Amino acid sequence: MNLRAFRTLFLGVLLITYSAVKAEVTNTEQKEEKKFDPKEMIMHHVKDAYTFHIIDIHDQSYSIPLPVILWTENGLTTFMSSAFHHDYHGKEVVEKNGGRFVNFHEKIYQLDAGAATLEIGADEKPVNAHKPLDISITRNVFMMWISMLVLFLIFIGAARKYKKSENFIPKGIASFVEPLVLFIRDEIAIPMIGEKKYKKYMPYLLTVFFFIWLNNIFGLIPIVNGANLTGNIAFTMTLALFTFVITTFSGNKNYWKHIFWMPGVPVPMKIFLMPIEIIGIFTKPISLMIRLFANITAGHIIVLALMSLIFIFNSIAVAPISVAFSLFIIVIEIVVTAIQAYIFTILSALYFGMATEEHEHH
Amino acid sequence: MDLVTPGFGLVFWTVITFLILLFILKKFAWKPILGAVNSREESIKDALAAAEAARREMENLQADNEKILQEARNERELMMKEARDIKVKMVADAREEAKFTTEKMILQAQEAIQSEKKAAVAELKNQVATLSLEIAEKVVKHELSNKDQQEKLVQEMLGKATLN
Repeated sequence: MNLRAFRTLFLGVLLITYSAVKAEVTNTEQKEEKKFDPKEMIMHHVKDAYTFHIIDIHDQSYSIPLPVILWTENGLTTFMSSAFHHDYHGKEVVEKNGGRFVNFHEKIYQLDAGAATLEIGADEKPVNAHKPLDISITRNVFMMWISMLVLFLIFIGAARKYKKSENFIPKGIASFVEPLVLFIRDEIAIPMIGEKKYKKYMPYLLTVFFFIWLNNIFGLIPIVNGANLTGNIAFTMTLALFTFVITTFSGNKNYWKHIFWMPGVPVPMKIFLMPIEIIGIFTKPISLMIRLFANITAGHIIVLALMSLIFIFNSIAVAPISVAFSLFIIVIEIVVTAIQAYIFTILSALYFGMATEEHEHH
Repeated sequence: MDLVTPGFGLVFWTVITFLILLFILKKFAWKPILGAVNSREESIKDALAAAEAARREMENLQADNEKILQEARNERELMMKEARDIKVKMVADAREEAKFTTEKMILQAQEAIQSEKKAAVAELKNQVATLSLEIAEKVVKHELSNKDQQEKLVQEMLGKATLN
């Protein structure tokens, strides 16, 4: 893509962000008839939701309804999220399969038997409702599937080009894919894991890198309106768990020896180090989980907060400053998308390398 | 705060999606791409090795050529030297032979001269004898009248005619 096209696209993206945020805000104001609450707006954007919301124009909300899938005491219950009519304050009650459901701040609650409406306690939490087991296709799941399709398109398309001829010289999509794949191999897998064993981990490292990167980028696209998958702790926890499981199962004798009985140090030190190393097994994936979640969410919150300034001051004069600052942050975020994917991948590779390392002594 | 509380639904779908993604990409994308890249790298490595081998072969060939050339040069030198030697020898031989022949001829000539000389002397002796006889005859004829004179003459003549 040349610079001019990129610039045009970038400005377009920025305009859409602005309009999307504005529309959201207008909507909230008109519905609630209360003061603009930046915290609620930001949280609403950063967190998961049951509809794939695209844009609000005037009073009209344009969104793709997604299926709600619940497991209640009456068995599997499914309905489309459009049944809530864009309500997420627990007002719209949906009756289905013998249960009453409300959407309270993008969490589905089932009203206790006999209750007709949701009662909210003093701590802003529902009193007469509980959460059923919820495996709905939320906007994050929806976005994840779109990203899966995009990954299939890009990488299977690229792979198909290689099948066509022996010693294929990368062209088209393959010329974009190959340097990245080689980067993962030569700069991450081989240095971290070693020439002998890296091959086994390549599919995981490649998949995790591109999955995180693409979803980081998708999180920045305003039309997607905060399908903030990589900024969701459930997602990062799952990926960190994969790294944890692979690390634990590839751990060799040497790895476990370094954890439970550190060689080359005196016995009291061995005893002292053991609990630290055991905690270390868990802190590594936890740090992976928090790092990705916090970086991506923080970036989104900053951009949204800067945009909110316009509505907090209720003046268009603040807009240039807000736009300039959020432009700056978005540029950083674009870099962060790749950096965070890279960090997650390189640390995963490092942990695999540590688990499979073989050496005589320290 | 539920921002940091992982929701079960998303964990569930992420596990499923990620496993599908991992499986399908591994089978249909990573394996062909990495395989193709590896085989290409191998073929490049092979080609480089082959080029290196060819270069070395070329060098060897050039060294061989140089060697053959050197040998040819040496041989030529040797042949030239031999030819020169032969020439010198031939000239020397010819000179030697010429000298020998000349000497032989001179010797023969000398011998011939000697024998001629002998023959001449013998002839001369014969002639002198004949002459002497004729003279003697004449003297005898002339002096026989005068005995004294005859004797005197003979004596005189014999005295004069000393043989060389």
